[in-house]
Amino acid sequence: MIAALFKFRGGVKPASHKDESTQAPIARAPLPPRLIVPLRQSAGGTPQPLVTAGQKVLKGERIGAPESDFSAAIHAPTSGKVLAVEPRLLPHPSGLAAPCVVIEPDGEERWIDRTSVSYASETPDVLRGLLRDAGIVGLGGATFPSHLKLKPGTSGRIGTLIINGAECEPWITCDDLLMRERADEIVSGIAILRHIASADRVLVGIEDNKPQAIAVLRAATAQSAGIEVMPVPTRYPAGGEKQLIRVLTGIEIPYGRFGTEFGVQCFNVGTACSVHRAVELGEPLVSRIVTLSGNVEHPGNFEVLVGTPIDELLKLVKPKADTDRFIMGGPMMGFTLPRTDLPVTKAANCILAASPALFPPQGPEMPCIRCGACTRACPAELQPHELYWFSRAKNFGKAQEYGIFDCIECGCCAYVCPSNIRLVDYYRFAKSSMRTLERDKAASDAARMRFELRNQREERDKAEKAARLAAKTAAGRQAVVAPAAPASTPATPETTVSLPPLDEAKKALIAAAIARAQAQKEGVQPKNIDNLTPEKQAEIREIESRRARVRELAKTPPEEPV
Amino acid sequence: MAGIAVVLGAMLGFASIQFKVKGDPLVDKIDAILPQTQCGQCGFPGCKPYAQAIAKGEAEINQCPPGGEEGIRKLADLLGKEFKPLSAEHGVEKPKQVAVIDENLCIGCTLCTQACPVDAIVGAAKQMHTIVAPLCTGCELCVPPCPVDCIAMAPVAETVETWKWRYPVIPIREKAA
Repeated sequence: MIAALFKFRGGVKPASHKDESTQAPIARAPLPPRLIVPLRQSAGGTPQPLVTAGQKVLKGERIGAPESDFSAAIHAPTSGKVLAVEPRLLPHPSGLAAPCVVIEPDGEERWIDRTSVSYASETPDVLRGLLRDAGIVGLGGATFPSHLKLKPGTSGRIGTLIINGAECEPWITCDDLLMRERADEIVSGIAILRHIASADRVLVGIEDNKPQAIAVLRAATAQSAGIEVMPVPTRYPAGGEKQLIRVLTGIEIPYGRFGTEFGVQCFNVGTACSVHRAVELGEPLVSRIVTLSGNVEHPGNFEVLVGTPIDELLKLVKPKADTDRFIMGGPMMGFTLPRTDLPVTKAANCILAASPALFPPQGPEMPCIRCGACTRACPAELQPHELYWFSRAKNFGKAQEYGIFDCIECGCCAYVCPSNIRLVDYYRFAKSSMRTLERDKAASDAARMRFELRNQREERDKAEKAARLAAKTAAGRQAVVAPAAPASTPATPETTVSLPPLDEAKKALIAAAIARAQAQKEGVQPKNIDNLTPEKQAEIREIESRRARVRELAKTPPEEPV
Repeated sequence: MAGIAVVLGAMLGFASIQFKVKGDPLVDKIDAILPQTQCGQCGFPGCKPYAQAIAKGEAEINQCPPGGEEGIRKLADLLGKEFKPLSAEHGVEKPKQVAVIDENLCIGCTLCTQACPVDAIVGAAKQMHTIVAPLCTGCELCVPPCPVDCIAMAPVAETVETWKWRYPVIPIREKAA
């Protein structure tokens, strides 16, 4: 039975350019001389490094421990020696550095002990922990930890599992070739995901411009009940998570909510494949398929170890002479790499060589004429031109009101804009500014709280000190009174005995203190004078007599000068 | 009629006691704009006292260097006043900083922990002290008390997590070929 398809609004149809890189099967990229493995490759904190420089590691050995339940582990992609654990530049639009583990491969590719798990007899919780420890994250590009997506939501259970093989972005073909070549592994991974989520049905969405992949997956899933392969119309961004869920199930997921709450969850085909490897083979996620295409001599797909420097990969495909920049990701959502000695991460699905002929430079930005083309193209049903005005004017509150966080940054609006406005750049600026403002606000609220708590504590300390002092004074006054008062009324001295005035009490206290000090002074005995030579004893006597003389002199009043 | 007046009066009287707003809402609004650095550069012992002084009209709105120009604009908006540039006698706007203790030099005198307004320094007498960087507001109050000058202010470095996209710059003219 083929279920009816739903639709999402908007979208664009750019030239797909998929044939360039689908001519050759997936090739294995050779081992590079150095691997640079970033420790942070998924949402939720940077994993702590578990290795130090000079240490030997095996392929698949854990080198980064997940900081909390919200991140996934990092593993050594090959066996070799750790050269350093230090900040290195990342393939990130910021071009900033973050902690990385640099590994020199020994060429042996020796694995750790791999043990397969028979998932059918394990509980979902155990399997989720296994996925986290195997470093499984979404390979569609967002690298969100998969074990978190499998947590049962408020509605209790994920009824429908969606497997995303749409791959809507032009030029990218890594999922297409994976489905053609490793359909069995994908189906095995789907079975595991289905078991963890206890899902009734599985829908595999594939854009209808990949007939080979559809045919292969149909054949592979023919025996499994409840798995349907659904061709979806080719229209960018059909492979967006929210868009695909909507096309296949009609469910719309609002910003900030998980699909789990609506009984539906979406995984990329590459993720399904890595789940199979983690559970059935005991291999953590250490490699992924990367499309190398664009302005190159030999475009194709390569199985690449995480941490392989991009320039090592470019040697395989030979960029043409007029290449002026490299894009990570697709032409719609990708970003220009600041340099090419950066490592491949779990998020890197495609490296595109760009030339002015293939990607002509965008014309100069012109004023918005409010033509509404962007609104018709927006798959999130927003009003991009309004968001543009508000973001440009830094009117973030209003931008949020118009749903800027529902924007998936797909780039459709900028693609259709007749005025060449880089709309997504404005949205990214506005979104990241709002996040910064929120962070600053949280920090200042925390500072205010700490300041107030400190003030309260200081005031309490001051009050306690004053109380202690008052108690001591009162005790002193009591002590002055006590010898005078008869012992007959000790029970309620405060009420029966009138306390002397403060001055008198003070004087008495001072006198008592002087008496105590004198008693102490007299109690002091000279030390270490037992076994002394006669000369020393004579010396001491002389000093003592001098001291006595000085004391006598100090007692007599000084004579008047004549 | 008199009965209605009495009943309504009683209700109003009850409401004025029951729903009385505690504290000054204006002070809280001003305090929310201030950066909570608690540095005292404004001449008041903390952000809250400065907010109270502004609310009473005893202080100008341009005395907070950490809040900077943007803070002054927000205060001007809130209070319906004219924007004024930051007053030079109270300091200059600086990028956000954190204090860093040179732990080799620290003698454990606890003077900086006493100076820190937000309890962001950990350490005991004759024990090495250290700054809890995420809690530090960069107020610089711990720098002068240090007898061995082992505290320095370092600008907060941008990381991949805190990095934000720049405001898009539109080239007015195409570059000459």
